[in-house]
Amino acid sequence: MGKLYIKKSSKEENIKNLIPKKETLKFLLDYSKALRVIEHKTMTFDIILN
Amino acid sequence: MKNAILSDATLVRDYMDGNEQALSHLINRHQHRIYSFIYSKVFDKDVTEDVFQDTFIKVINTLKKGKYNEEGKFLPWVMRIAHNLVIDHFRKNKRMPKFENNGDFNIFSVLNDTDLNIEKQLIKDQIESDVKELIKELPEDQLEVLTMRIYKDMSFKEISERTGVSINTALGRMRYALINLRKIIEKHNLILTN
Repeated sequence: MGKLYIKKSSKEENIKNLIPKKETLKFLLDYSKALRVIEHKTMTFDIILN
Repeated sequence: MKNAILSDATLVRDYMDGNEQALSHLINRHQHRIYSFIYSKVFDKDVTEDVFQDTFIKVINTLKKGKYNEEGKFLPWVMRIAHNLVIDHFRKNKRMPKFENNGDFNIFSVLNDTDLNIEKQLIKDQIESDVKELIKELPEDQLEVLTMRIYKDMSFKEISERTGVSINTALGRMRYALINLRKIIEKHNLILTN
């Protein structure tokens, strides 16, 4: 009987060592640097600096 | 080395004090667990990236606004946010099913029979007739507004003109009608769901 060669499904593949893309991390760090939160009396303003 | 010594609580405090580097340490420290957690639920790398990103945007917003109370539970807190966003993702997908191009084309992934089956139709009819009986217990003015709004599909402006009361009064009566209807349902211990 012939051997069956089965490729692991993508769900099982690489479940270890999963980390986000560098672009995602860079976006988050840049977003954090750009975000300013200003409070005035009872109001809060979020400002994204370019 | 310093990064390994500092606790999450210290890094969070540093970040809230304006040290952007602290966020980088926090993300690096926990990225694998959070990312794997999300991936284990959604099994899609693109969705995982999105949810991971949204999770940390929420984290950043909360920390920058000073709304986070440090109780030594930074990671469980972030995991909870990720978990909620995963649920949001599935809820959204339920409303807008996505066609997965994974080679095995299944026509039912894009087609859906939205008609109620016989059993559900029977239940729906039963609920509707129950509700019709229940609303008879409402006070006359509330019953009138509710009937016009729900069964005759009239606007509140039309209702106010027809009944000779202001729009606000009509809105108020509708509100009390619904509150009272819930009370009646509770009183009769009914479960009106399909």
